[in-house]
Amino acid sequence: MKSRSREIVQWQGPSKRYDIVKEFVVALTVVAILTLALSALFSSPDEPSLTIKSWANTSAEDFVLAAATELDGSSPSASYGPPYVAIPGSGQKIGPVNLQALAGVRTPVNSANAFVIDPLRAWPNPSSSLTFALGAWARASLDQQQQWASAYVQALGETKQLKATGAADKFGPVPELTSSLLVMAKSGALDGVVALGSNFYQTNYTHSLLFMGDGTYLEDAAVKQNLGGDQSGMMNETGSYPGQAWLWLYTFWYQIPPFSNEETTIGANADAVVWGIMMLLSLLLLLVPFLPGIRSIPRWIPLYRIIWRQWYRNHPMPGK
Amino acid sequence: MSTTKSVGQTPSTLWTARLRNKFFGGLPPERLLPDKQPAYVASWIYVFGVLTIASLLIIIASGVWLSFEGPLWWHTSNVGHFVNSIHFWSVQLFFFSMAIHLWGKFWMSAWRGGRSRTWMTGVLAFLASIGTAFTGYLVQTNFDSQWIASEAKDGLNSVGIGAWFNVLNVGQALLLHVAALPLIVGLITIIHVLQVRRRGVVPPVGFEDSSGDAA
Repeated sequence: MKSRSREIVQWQGPSKRYDIVKEFVVALTVVAILTLALSALFSSPDEPSLTIKSWANTSAEDFVLAAATELDGSSPSASYGPPYVAIPGSGQKIGPVNLQALAGVRTPVNSANAFVIDPLRAWPNPSSSLTFALGAWARASLDQQQQWASAYVQALGETKQLKATGAADKFGPVPELTSSLLVMAKSGALDGVVALGSNFYQTNYTHSLLFMGDGTYLEDAAVKQNLGGDQSGMMNETGSYPGQAWLWLYTFWYQIPPFSNEETTIGANADAVVWGIMMLLSLLLLLVPFLPGIRSIPRWIPLYRIIWRQWYRNHPMPGK
Repeated sequence: MSTTKSVGQTPSTLWTARLRNKFFGGLPPERLLPDKQPAYVASWIYVFGVLTIASLLIIIASGVWLSFEGPLWWHTSNVGHFVNSIHFWSVQLFFFSMAIHLWGKFWMSAWRGGRSRTWMTGVLAFLASIGTAFTGYLVQTNFDSQWIASEAKDGLNSVGIGAWFNVLNVGQALLLHVAALPLIVGLITIIHVLQVRRRGVVPPVGFEDSSGDAA
C-alpha cells in the first residue's frame, strides 16, 4: 500500500488570495532597512587581535614561564594529546569511547622546537651566549633537557620573577634560551617566525594560537571581556554586542555540575560529553516527527490554538 | 468527506522523464508560485520564514561584497566596517527569525500530513547555519576569532572532528565559510522551500482532512 505520507494532498477547503512575491519583496525591504539601521546605529565589534609581541611586552613573566614549559613538555599544547601530540592514553572519552585518540595525530606539533628552539635558530645574528646555549641544548639528552627545563619551570614558579637564578648546571642553557626568546618576542620578530615557519604564504595559525594559549595572557584578556569558558564565553561577543546566542544550549552545560567540575569523570571529559549530548539532542530535533510523546507535546500544550485562533473562531472543532 | 487530489505522473523508464515527473509532477507552476493560500494562513508566525530567507539574502550579498575585498579589508576601511556590520546584523536577524520560525512550526506540529521532510530539511538548515556562522566568527581575524578558535578547538578535538577541521587554521575556516558551507545552507534552504511549496502549508490541528471540515 502506498504510504499516505508520500501522497501530495492539496487543500480543498476555503482559500484566499495571497501574493507571496509581494510578501517576499516587503520582507526583503524590511530586513534591508532594519539591517542598515542597526549597522548605522551600533556598528559591529572589532577588538584588535593579540600578538606574541604584545604578550611578551605586557606579560613577560607569563611569556617566559610558558616558553620554559614548552621545553620541559608540561605546557598545555606539549601535553595535549591528539591531534597535536601522540601521548598514549590521552584524549577525552564518552564512556569507554575515545574518539580523540581514534582520530589520531593529524596536526603534529613539537612545541619545544616549533615555539622556542627553531625560532631561536632562525635569529639572523645570534649572540655568542645564545649560540652556546642552543649548542648545549642540542647536545644534551632528552632526559637532561627535561631535567634542566623542569627545574627552571619550578624555580620561575617559586620566584615569580622574569629570570630565576641558580647553579649553572641546574638549569643548563634554559635561562639563556627563554630570555633570548623574550627579546625576540618583544621585538615582534617571533610572531612571524612562529606563524610562518619556512613558508612564504601563511593562513594557518595553529602554532601561534597554541603557543599563546599556553600562557594566561590570552585567557586573561578573554575573561576581562566576559568570554571565559565559565562565563558562557563561546556565545558572547566582545563589548556589548550580541554573540552566538544560538549556542546557548551548548555553553549552558559547561556552567553546571558535573560538567563544570573537572574533579569528576564527566567534568574531566566535559568537552566530549557535551558534544555527545548536543549531537544526540540535534538528532532528536531532526527526528521529532517520528518520536512518540515528543511529537505530541504541541497537542498537550495547545499553543496552536493561539496561532490559528482566527480559523478556530470560524471553524470550531467537533465537540467544542 | 475528504476530497483529495494526487498529482498524476506519466510512467516512464527514462531517467530524464522520471526526474521531470518527480520534480514538476509535484511542483506545477501554480503550486511553485501560488496566488492563493488556505484561509487558515493568517498569523504573524508565517512572516518569520520569509524573514529568515530575506535575512539570508542580505547575508549572502554583504558576504560576497566582503569576499571581493578580502578578509582584512574591514579592519582598515570605514566602508568595509560598515559592510561587515551589515553582515553581522543580518546574521543576528537571520537566527532571530529562524528561531521563531522553528518554534512556531514546532507548536503547529508542522510535520503533519506527510511534511516530515519539510521539518527535517528545516532542522538541517538550522544546524548547517550554526556551523556557517561559527566559521564566520573564526575568520573575523581579530581577538574574538583568536579566543573562539582557542576555546572551540578543545570541543572539536575531543570528539575527533578537530583532526580534520582545525579551527586554528584560518585558511581552512575561511574557505569553508565562503564556499562549502553557504552552498550547503543555500541548497538545503532551496529544498526546504520547495518542500513547503510541494506539500503546502500545514493545516490547523484537527483539520488534517483537506476538505476544510474538522477531522
